[in-house]
Amino acid sequence: MLQVRNLSCARGGVPVLNAVSFDVAAGQALILRGPNGVGKTTLLRTLAGVQPALDGTVDFPEEQGAYASHADGIKAALSVTENLVFWAEVYGGDLPDDILEKFDLTDLRDRPGGTLSAGQKRRLGLARLGVIGRKVLFLDEPTVSLDRFSVKLFADWLRGHLAAGGIAVIATHIDLGLDAPELDLTPYRAAPDAHGGSDEAFL
Amino acid sequence: MSIWEYANPKKFMGWTGPVLTWTFILGGVSLAVGLVWGFFFTPDDFRQGSTVKIIYLHVPAALMAINAWIMMLVASLIWVVRRHHVSALAARAAAPVGMTMTLIALFTGAIWGQPMWGTYWAWDPRLTSFLILFLFYLGYIALWEAIEDPDTAADLTAVLCMVGSVFAILSRYAVLFWSQGLHQGASVMRAGAVAGDTQERVSNVFAVPLFISIAGFVLLFVALVLLRTRTEIRARRMRALEARMRRA
Amino acid sequence: MIALLLRDLRLAVRAGGGFGLGLAFFLIVVVLVPFGVGPDTALLSAIAPGIFWVASLLAALLSLDRIFALDFEDGSLTLLATSPLPFEGAALMKALAHWITTGLPLTVAAPALGFLLNLAPEAYVYLLLSLLLGTPALSMIGTFGAGLTVGLRRGGLLLSLLVLPLYVPTLIFGAEAVRRGADGLDPTGALMLLAGITVGGFALLPFATAAVLRINLR
Repeated sequence: MLQVRNLSCARGGVPVLNAVSFDVAAGQALILRGPNGVGKTTLLRTLAGVQPALDGTVDFPEEQGAYASHADGIKAALSVTENLVFWAEVYGGDLPDDILEKFDLTDLRDRPGGTLSAGQKRRLGLARLGVIGRKVLFLDEPTVSLDRFSVKLFADWLRGHLAAGGIAVIATHIDLGLDAPELDLTPYRAAPDAHGGSDEAFL
Repeated sequence: MSIWEYANPKKFMGWTGPVLTWTFILGGVSLAVGLVWGFFFTPDDFRQGSTVKIIYLHVPAALMAINAWIMMLVASLIWVVRRHHVSALAARAAAPVGMTMTLIALFTGAIWGQPMWGTYWAWDPRLTSFLILFLFYLGYIALWEAIEDPDTAADLTAVLCMVGSVFAILSRYAVLFWSQGLHQGASVMRAGAVAGDTQERVSNVFAVPLFISIAGFVLLFVALVLLRTRTEIRARRMRALEARMRRA
Repeated sequence: MIALLLRDLRLAVRAGGGFGLGLAFFLIVVVLVPFGVGPDTALLSAIAPGIFWVASLLAALLSLDRIFALDFEDGSLTLLATSPLPFEGAALMKALAHWITTGLPLTVAAPALGFLLNLAPEAYVYLLLSLLLGTPALSMIGTFGAGLTVGLRRGGLLLSLLVLPLYVPTLIFGAEAVRRGADGLDPTGALMLLAGITVGGFALLPFATAAVLRINLR
């Protein structure tokens, strides 16, 4: 269960979103919508705890959140398997047997990360989510540079994750084919001089 | 009303305006009195001759060089704990002033050292410590200049100031360990020196103008930091207004 | 945390020259000094402790900006910050990995180079000891500096400006220990203080490093 109450967040000290509230039940996903620059990335980073919120609360089971963005943290000098094993170890788990298969990485398992194509790297980055065993996922444009087949692979994996009681908040422009509610962020856009900005005291 | 209200940028601009004028006037007067008295109306030292008179610049500058860093440390702590922007800006404003004081102390020391020790520079613990302090100021200022986002810059420089303070103290002891040095001990601020129960006390003839001079330096420092903080606040306000205009 | 250390070491080995570069730089500095100051063996012997220490300091400095820069660019740092790994622990492991790839090879190699600068025979053991005790502090302090400047595009030069003054106490105690050893004096005090800086640095600086990294990531 993910509970967000009156969350306000800022980008570079400028408030962008004001009083966002929503609930996502276990097994559910939420798709974030809104034009470029509305604050989808900012919201996801705030939810994941990468940056502090200006105001409001985010509540989900402790030690269960995970964040993924376009930057996958793939090491060029490590092989596909080594990249995944590293994250498995950081999260204190083992590499699931079927994870390479699920993201169609079996043939690439020993290739160095640096030699992968953009789409293959992305698949590797998403496979990390399957390795770390976290329930609540904050995904920022997970399907960038994926072909249609890979999008379907990821959507299938995500459906499995949700069916097992997972939660996902996803910023995406394409239809993943999930049966998930959408949240348009446009109405939550903050006035630029809204409370909490770092320039506030000087205006 | 809490004392912190005065740290609000607008309030700060309000009350520092008149205070600034008066500190400048008072500082200028005491500096003029102290220096003129010290330079022209005190006898020459029986051993050091007239070179001793550089003490009226050297000692106050050296004191302020260290006090400026301490002030920056306190301001940084206030910023980290209470997030008052003015505090961070005051720390930023004090750094170049402190660095200049360090330079004055180093230069006047070199001028004093030449006739006394026969050399402009020696790797003496005190001299070396001030050189290291100068490098700390340099790094601190460079970090402020390098970071674009003002809050990030304030946070990072505050951490640098705290870590730097620990290492500055460490360096002081390291340098003492490394060389015993030529520099005389601090003779002005020691209780014994002022009370007059030691041989090497600073005679009252020299002490009174020296203290006036020190007061002048303190007031000058306060005035300069206030002035520079006000400039920083104005620059920050301009930035904020420009950002608002771009968004509108 | 060990996983992070092993990954960094593996990356250092595979990226080519991770181990070798700092060491090669150290060797070159030590070889260049006699060209600068002349071949007088008495003089070289007198300044050898300082040369070794200044050279190690520069060799450590050389690779500092790579500690976090790559992880920052490819997003690993953000992922690490949101992982269950304590971020302070990650900072500590980064410093340790840096030490193993630069400080440790130097420490092992320095005694072998002592004869080039005509180092006093009694000083060899203290050279080894002082580097062993002191170079970890160089890596830890450097890691803090690297964390401070990680978000900056041209942080390399600034990093040197920030870190070098922080290196002063380590340099003084390190070189002093070797010098005292060479002169037949008791270097215990200097060595203890050196160890103190290393222990204190490793106890406190990971917290400062994690704090500045979090500020740079937000």
